[in-house]
Amino acid sequence: MQVRAEQVSLEHPLRAWIALPLLLALIAFPLVMRSIEQPFYIVLVTRILIFALVATSLNLLVGFGGLVSFGHAAFLGAGAYVVGILMFHGIHSAWVVWPIAVGISAFAALLIGAISLRTRGVYFIMITLAFAQMVYYVFVSMKAYGGDDGLTLLARSQIGFGIDLKSDVAFYYVVLAVVAVCLFLFARLLNSRYGRVLQGTRENEIRMEAVGYPIYRYRLVAFVIAGAVAGLGGALLANLNLMASPNTLHWPQSGMLLIMVILGGVGTLWGGVMGATVLLLLEEILSTYTIHWQLGVGLVLLAVVLFAPNGLAAIARAVRANGPTK
Amino acid sequence: MDLILLLEQGLNGLQFGLMLFLLAAGLTLVFGIMDMINLAHGSLYMIGAYLAAVVMERTGSFAIAVVVALVGTALIGIVLEIVLLRRLYRRDHLTQVLATFALLLIADEVVRIVFGPQALTLNPPDALSGPVELIPGFTYSSYRLFIIAVGLIVALALYLLVTKTRVGMLVRAGASNRDMALAMGVDVNRLFTAVFGVGAALSALAGAMLGPLLAVEVGMGEGILILAFVVIVVGGIGSIRGALVGAIVVGTVDTLGRTLLPMSLRAMLPPSIASNLGPALASILIYVLMAGVLFWRPQGLFPARG
Amino acid sequence: MNEPLLQLSGLVKRFGGLAATDGVDLDVRAGEIHALIGPNGAGKTTLVQLVCGGVRSDQGRVIFDGADITGLSMHERVRRGLARSYQVTSIFARLCVLENVVLAVQARHGSSFRFWSAAAREFALAEEAMGILVRIGLKDRARVAAGSLAHGEQRQLEVALALATRPHLLLLDEPMAGMGPEESARMVELIAQLNRELTVLLIEHDMDAVFKLATRISVLVSGRIIASGAPEAIRRNEEVRRAYLGDEVGALS
Repeated sequence: MQVRAEQVSLEHPLRAWIALPLLLALIAFPLVMRSIEQPFYIVLVTRILIFALVATSLNLLVGFGGLVSFGHAAFLGAGAYVVGILMFHGIHSAWVVWPIAVGISAFAALLIGAISLRTRGVYFIMITLAFAQMVYYVFVSMKAYGGDDGLTLLARSQIGFGIDLKSDVAFYYVVLAVVAVCLFLFARLLNSRYGRVLQGTRENEIRMEAVGYPIYRYRLVAFVIAGAVAGLGGALLANLNLMASPNTLHWPQSGMLLIMVILGGVGTLWGGVMGATVLLLLEEILSTYTIHWQLGVGLVLLAVVLFAPNGLAAIARAVRANGPTK
Repeated sequence: MDLILLLEQGLNGLQFGLMLFLLAAGLTLVFGIMDMINLAHGSLYMIGAYLAAVVMERTGSFAIAVVVALVGTALIGIVLEIVLLRRLYRRDHLTQVLATFALLLIADEVVRIVFGPQALTLNPPDALSGPVELIPGFTYSSYRLFIIAVGLIVALALYLLVTKTRVGMLVRAGASNRDMALAMGVDVNRLFTAVFGVGAALSALAGAMLGPLLAVEVGMGEGILILAFVVIVVGGIGSIRGALVGAIVVGTVDTLGRTLLPMSLRAMLPPSIASNLGPALASILIYVLMAGVLFWRPQGLFPARG
Repeated sequence: MNEPLLQLSGLVKRFGGLAATDGVDLDVRAGEIHALIGPNGAGKTTLVQLVCGGVRSDQGRVIFDGADITGLSMHERVRRGLARSYQVTSIFARLCVLENVVLAVQARHGSSFRFWSAAAREFALAEEAMGILVRIGLKDRARVAAGSLAHGEQRQLEVALALATRPHLLLLDEPMAGMGPEESARMVELIAQLNRELTVLLIEHDMDAVFKLATRISVLVSGRIIASGAPEAIRRNEEVRRAYLGDEVGALS
């Protein structure tokens, strides 16, 4: 009796006929907005781009690695705070501050990942949550840097070349450039040897070990890359909001990031981008009708989870297979 | 070291721990028996606190407020279980996490819609608003003592229920080997609903009790839910005894840590560093504990499963 | 070639109070097909895990190709040429058959910590994978999802995955599990063919297959090897016949 099994591929081609028009549209976007005098949307799309980046980094872990991290907000927040703290001490150059934010997030991811990846299944979910809480409290307890209220930035980072990021349009283009490059690199990563192996560990961890791959190492690399990119997103976010907020580190933020990945489609190249777009647009649209937009988001998420679970199937299997319970 | 301070903080820790136990007990049973992670458990705690605050405002009677909170939240919990949560038992943990997280968002917003965004006040009953002298020279809040008493009584009642009654035996069987319980012909649906209802009532009790001490506001559930998870990880999933021990450990470590750590650090380090480092270390202490347990003994102190 | 390819010496593994493996000594000579048989509960699974590195032994040593591999992890042993197939099919069900084998082949071709170049352009990998599929007989199923394969085909894929790692010693854990007579016959032929270039340690219940293929047979009972030698000698061995009484009665006659 032959059964039609679900099929996925290891290949995730970045199709030029999708990417290029999208890129062109995004390049033209601020100009169009300016001409119809709706500059607000430029900031909105900048925000979407930043979260698209962060959600994609989480998708690397969850969708492609099968590792459900409930602590990704830690790296987002760390990146934001590093920028804020350095600016507080008078270091403004983006060329210095942003790489440091990435570096510190990567280092934190290395430490957290090294320990967390020794656990499996539901314990992995919980230990990543625990570590994220630690990061939250570390930053929030630093009264000198704002404590509960967060840390404001006096100005955006300086990138030189006569470009002032105070202009929302200029900042938009910088963010677009960063996100576009990162997404391109992400596509190459997925289709590389490494990307195949990572997906293999998602599909069948034991088998991968049994054909000779030291899977712990591959997963740790994924964890560090994801953390580093989230840190970059955090740096951009702090610049966007001119603030490093404790809310970015709070555990529901990790939940929101997971929601983006699920909504967008786990394990797909554009999953993080779509998820961030859908969620943030949903928030935006709903909040024009009511301040209780969170209700709408909750209901949509509930519906997706209950009725369209296919995107979750692979991850579910990974968590189940690799965990002691369920 | 001021002995009085130590005693006071120790009692505070016990008090907080016992309330954490109320939350953790429901959470660990649901996780242990139905194998479900419920992120909306903190929302039940919040609903209990809100119900108590509103009824207290209307009637002035703390006793009525608590009863209404318990019954109301239990009913809400039962309806939720039957209509929605029941579908999640067979699903994987990620689905449960996301679905109950969605519920958490919905609950927060519904409460905000119904009760407004500002925090509510819940006053303790007048009879318990004064201090009590426990030993000469040491007075302690009578309300906090009341909480400790309630916590201990409930813990004892739960212990008796779980170990001495037939229902309790079914619960324990379900926690340690669900398939076996099913095979023995237990009416699973009703058992699960009952377990969930009791868990909801316990959370509401914690919410109503802690309401006068902490703020009754939207989002109050998130903070304490995380602690409840730490408790059940440390104590062992599915084990009530573990939840009690874990809760008292977490409650005392957290409370004592917040007072003692900054103090001892100030004695050793320059004040500017100590004033930042102290609270930070105190806050992360229990998460370090949780990570340690997850790493070295993931089943917890009293694993219910074989 | 005097040194055995695989040597197990004094292996012990206890779970709680029970010794699943109770002092096992076993030799597998290069070029042979060595069959390991034993009644249910004899401890074959544990022994397989000990050999492959899924589980650490409490005592004893595993020596492979002259080197002591007792402390090595599973993937390290695979790199040295010791591969296994699983009794319960463990494949990448959602990937197509070709991708299944390509993953295994890639492990043997240098580092996979390459983040930039498109792996799909490495035609050599796909070619080698295809070659293995041809040998195994799954060429026509290359693009089908592995989970859609018939049971027998999945067992073939199991073997293909182990084969792709270019092992010197191939440990086959009940490759014929759940197979009908036709499929079993094909698998027997395949194993015989593979034996021309590599050594096989075969765990099996199917006595027909065992006696057709085995150069030597070892019998595992209650965690110990009670007999080891040529098939005919094993067939006539009194202790072995007694051990099988009540279990596959008549299997040895």
